[in-house]
Amino acid sequence: MTTPTKHERRIVIRPPLPLAGTTRDENRKLIREWWDELNAAGEEGRPVANVFVMGSMAEILRTFDMPIAFPEMTSLQTAVRGRSLEYITTAEDAGYSPDICGYVKADIGVHLQGGDHPMGHLPEPSLVVATNLCNTYIKWAEIWERMYSCPVFVFDIPGWRGSGFETKRGSGTFRDDVRYVEAQVRELIALTEEVTGKRFDIDRFRENLASVNELSRLFREVLELNQHRPAPFNALTEGINLMGIVNAYRGSPKGTRFLEIAKAEFTERAERGVGAVPDERFRLLLVGTACYSNFRDFAGLFEDWQGVFPHSDYMSFAGGALDRGVHYDLDRPIESMAEQMVLTTQEAMGGMFWGQDWLTEVVREWSIDGIVFHGVKSCRTVSTGLPDEREWLLRRRDIPGLFIQSDLVDPRLWSAAQLKNRIDAFFESLESRRAAGARR
Amino acid sequence: MLVAGVDVGSTQTKAVIMNEDRQVLGKGLVPTGARLNEAGQAAFEQALEGAGASESQVGFVVGTGYGRYRVEFGDAQVTEISCHARGAVFLFPGTRTVLDIGGQDTKAIKVGADGEVIDFNMNDKCAAGTGRFLGAASEALEVPLPELGALALSGKNPVKMTTTCTVFAESEILGWLAKGRRVEDVVAGVHRAIASRSVSLLRRVGIEPEVTFTGGVSNNEAMVELISELVGMPVNVSSETHHCGALGAALFALDQVLTGAIPERQTV
Repeated sequence: MTTPTKHERRIVIRPPLPLAGTTRDENRKLIREWWDELNAAGEEGRPVANVFVMGSMAEILRTFDMPIAFPEMTSLQTAVRGRSLEYITTAEDAGYSPDICGYVKADIGVHLQGGDHPMGHLPEPSLVVATNLCNTYIKWAEIWERMYSCPVFVFDIPGWRGSGFETKRGSGTFRDDVRYVEAQVRELIALTEEVTGKRFDIDRFRENLASVNELSRLFREVLELNQHRPAPFNALTEGINLMGIVNAYRGSPKGTRFLEIAKAEFTERAERGVGAVPDERFRLLLVGTACYSNFRDFAGLFEDWQGVFPHSDYMSFAGGALDRGVHYDLDRPIESMAEQMVLTTQEAMGGMFWGQDWLTEVVREWSIDGIVFHGVKSCRTVSTGLPDEREWLLRRRDIPGLFIQSDLVDPRLWSAAQLKNRIDAFFESLESRRAAGARR
Repeated sequence: MLVAGVDVGSTQTKAVIMNEDRQVLGKGLVPTGARLNEAGQAAFEQALEGAGASESQVGFVVGTGYGRYRVEFGDAQVTEISCHARGAVFLFPGTRTVLDIGGQDTKAIKVGADGEVIDFNMNDKCAAGTGRFLGAASEALEVPLPELGALALSGKNPVKMTTTCTVFAESEILGWLAKGRRVEDVVAGVHRAIASRSVSLLRRVGIEPEVTFTGGVSNNEAMVELISELVGMPVNVSSETHHCGALGAALFALDQVLTGAIPERQTV
């Protein structure tokens, strides 16, 4: 049992598969188009909406041809391009605390610098849509409201009432929750009509919903391809490409087309036995996000051990719960939209604090060797329960787990030696466990 | 054939020379400083001298500790988590829980009968509750580090430290002295704070007997007493536990020799 060094990383040269790179290329094209659309809207003074990955309401906003900006994605992009710290310190210089969400500070830094972003120009929002899924969403929206005097619409979606609460479709409580949210959906439609000066077109809305139904089906199929061994794609790295598109193009045929391309490429890899990580040895499940300011290094710490992530809970949470199976009833579109919002919110919030059953299922279905829990230093909301979850799964289900911490986008919270030490030790323990299993 | 384990820690570098009968023939201990490879080499040479052996007799060297990749004469690397686990079970075969308090890391490790790591937990990114905290107290109180333990045992009314932050420790220590508290009571309070934090890490992996205490701080008699008190059972310590990481590394090196899996000697 010895640990590999970076110098020992192997480069596997193999003939390219016919579809190699098609997903990456389509991703780049669509992300560029998405930015071009935001830039053009900003230049022409057309209304733009700022939304979040959970509860984006893209299905409605797209009906009004409203370009949508996702600050979680644009902040992530500042980090991947190595510029997040510049924006974070701009925000801190303006008085934002070092303790608050790195995404918020990176985004506010961009706005304080006049919208200058490594990918283009981030326009001023004309409308902000948030939900109570994350308490930071609401405060973040309030900052833009103060900056730009734009309307903010915050969905108040009822969550689970307690640890014993279950979402039961058809129950009186569920119907009440849906009615409450449906009223809010109608309010948002009226507000968007006012902001854009356009009438709501229910037929276009139906088309968008139908597109999301298709998107959800394809997303699940793509994720299931990673049940193959070796896993055809790495949910940690290539997964981000999928997530970006399913959010930015939710409700658009371009989104479904993209997933068809991804499905074809990953199917080809699966059929030819080509794994995302050469000579796959360990299959891991990521709980939490990656560290985007040190993205390549973060992924490399696992790839050094030939570890691949066939799945992550982030693919579920930040994928707008598409993996759980979103299916809108086109005969009652607004009610159905409200219904899905209640279901996905309660799943997501419940999953955050009582996720052990879902994690156990993924471990079984995706043949996972161990779970990596990555706590985000600047987000206690998503990180607080992780050590407990890890211990519970080890003790009750004998699923090994590793808890590490850094950040989403703040490179100051990255500690290379300590992370490497913990990750190496985790792989060593997985190797010991495997050897002990072989001896039995 | 002999083997070696070299543990380049954040503050001290340890080395062990072992023969094929698993006997420790020589040990080395030097401050790490800024030149990690030189520290590794110096500890290795000290251990060779103690063993009365030459470098050519050593067939395999495993590096461990934060500086493991800088042991340029090493053949392979294993983390100190695995090495402390392996070393502790070698020294005390009944070990199922290991506490290693090092210079900047505290590790709680749950181990199996063969010394394999079942689970581990470490302090957060900061050095709160690690050996470095004792170092800060030693400097603030102007008491040499090796004398801290005995002084702590003489403290009858330990102060209650409200921080285990190594940076803020000094100001809190000075605050207690300014209030007229005795030096030994402040030192006892510092020890209690570290012990309490360390045992909290142990509880997270689950405390199962026997508990073995390793790393440089295992030389501190007050800390041994406090850890034993807090875990509710005597903890294993010996003159070898300070070198436990290097010892485990040597055992991993020996595995390579005994299984005949010695790769061509390479520079990392």
